[in-house]
Amino acid sequence: MLGYLLRRVTWLLGSLVVAGSAIFFLLRVLPGDPAVTLLAVGASPDQLDAIRHQLGTDRPLLEQFTGWFGGLLSGQLGESLFTRLPVLDQIVGRLPVTLPLALSAFVLSLLVAVPIGILAAVRRRGVAGIVVSALAQLGIALPVFWVGIILVWLVAVDWRLLPPGGFPRDAWLEPTLAARSLVLPVITLTVAQTSVLVRYVRSATLDVLNQEYIRTARSLGYSLTQALWRHGLRNGAAPVVNVLGVLLASSLLGTVVIESVFALPGLGTLLLTSVKARDLPVVQGTVFLMTATVLVVGLVVDVVQRLIDPRLRGGAG
Amino acid sequence: MTVLAATNLSIALGGRSLVRDVTLELAAHDRVGLIGESGSGKSLTAQALLGLLPDGMRATGRIVIDGRDYLEAPDRAWRRVRGSTVSMVFQEPLTALDPLMPVGRQIAGPLRLHHGLNRADAQAQALEWCRRVHLPDPERIVRALPHQISGGQRQRVAVAMALACRPRVLIADEPTTALDVTVQKQILALLDELIEETGVALLFISHDLPVVAGLARTLLVMRSGEVVESGPTDDVLRRPKSSYGRELVASAREVTRLASPPAVVTPGAAGTERGDA
Repeated sequence: MLGYLLRRVTWLLGSLVVAGSAIFFLLRVLPGDPAVTLLAVGASPDQLDAIRHQLGTDRPLLEQFTGWFGGLLSGQLGESLFTRLPVLDQIVGRLPVTLPLALSAFVLSLLVAVPIGILAAVRRRGVAGIVVSALAQLGIALPVFWVGIILVWLVAVDWRLLPPGGFPRDAWLEPTLAARSLVLPVITLTVAQTSVLVRYVRSATLDVLNQEYIRTARSLGYSLTQALWRHGLRNGAAPVVNVLGVLLASSLLGTVVIESVFALPGLGTLLLTSVKARDLPVVQGTVFLMTATVLVVGLVVDVVQRLIDPRLRGGAG
Repeated sequence: MTVLAATNLSIALGGRSLVRDVTLELAAHDRVGLIGESGSGKSLTAQALLGLLPDGMRATGRIVIDGRDYLEAPDRAWRRVRGSTVSMVFQEPLTALDPLMPVGRQIAGPLRLHHGLNRADAQAQALEWCRRVHLPDPERIVRALPHQISGGQRQRVAVAMALACRPRVLIADEPTTALDVTVQKQILALLDELIEETGVALLFISHDLPVVAGLARTLLVMRSGEVVESGPTDDVLRRPKSSYGRELVASAREVTRLASPPAVVTPGAAGTERGDA
């Protein structure tokens, strides 16, 4: 297990280097010049050159690259071209919005999807099973932003129950306000993720139901529900954990859309505004951190799966 | 006294008849062999006797356990019988056991379910059962997962699970088919020993006549969903009445001859017997 962890961490670091380089060069290929954003359109070439020099975007590409990578190694993500604030500080400043949003949607969809998915599998020929499958299909087909807009329209605009968007300036110093403004975004994200998760839980449960050890358990006097409880949780968990990893990552990334629908000052909004302004260090840093999160979640998923199923530990991994 | 009796048991899927009019009786110390090719309905018969037919299949007739007809009984009634009065050992021990649960807990499960034992007592009895089925190093094996022990050991675990609550009928559905020949012999010897010791009635299902004949005192021969022949094992072996029974006995003899030294094989003899059938 230790050797496996070591191998996986080495692999993770390698992936981060590749991802970091890819992010850097891909952004340099994109059209658009931060200098143009800073000055008005129609500024003289001299002015533009002066600004480029000031920003450092006129330096050779390789020099910029080593600068960015050296920064990464020392834990620095550089600073914003416009605000001159460290990128890391800006990102950390957005987390109080994005983390609660992503994590609570993740936990909620887990709490909703697991029991519903199991029910849909056990009653697959009954009304409950068919309704759940149809709803999940619908939930997957609906675009997240559309669900968000409909919710805003009904709950916030029509019924005036919750704020349609935004986030209090004092953030969590006003806990009620902050929480209230996250309710609709969390519901929206949960709807989208539950739909995906329900299908996986359902198929994992169906898979377990068809296993012979369930028949053995029933031949010994267990009811189907008891057999599922006794043998299904652990056996069904392995495939579901895999999906959870993907889901946790996608809920972090999915905040980009959700935050712009609900005008939340989170990580996603930071990324969007920086892309529009060609604030390359901020884009670079945010994308890099998101990539790193996805990779780390993947690692955690692999380790958890090995803890659940010892048969996986046998191989060379 | 009869523990389990099936009378005119028939099984159908939709309009298609799969098993017709099977009648059998099991009392303490009985050893009944149910033999037939795959698709003859022998496994379905076994599943019906535990009320565990696959979805959509329907059984008719009577299945009387301890004087009560269970054919139309609800699952809750069946559950009190399964594992405690009638239990079953399946063909493939690897998939019949939960791959992620230590075998000791799997044996202890039915004890907790039917006898209401607490975890520690059930675990202690599971350990005792590992000894009774002659598992080597039982203290280690109770904590092992199914993939960590051999195929023969897994089938011993399955036997221990099935017998843990001291049922009075044991249905063994091809319990040795998935095993090596040498391991097969050991499992048969174990079954022989345990049913002698406990007096549990045995219904042994197999397609392999020599295997069944070694263990069963009575034989039922099934083909295409019907019992074509039944009687004491010796009679069926010596004087098979049905053509299928003669065919079975003949091909089993042929296999036995091939296994013996070549001098015993009389050319043409096997062919003649085939011709009779």
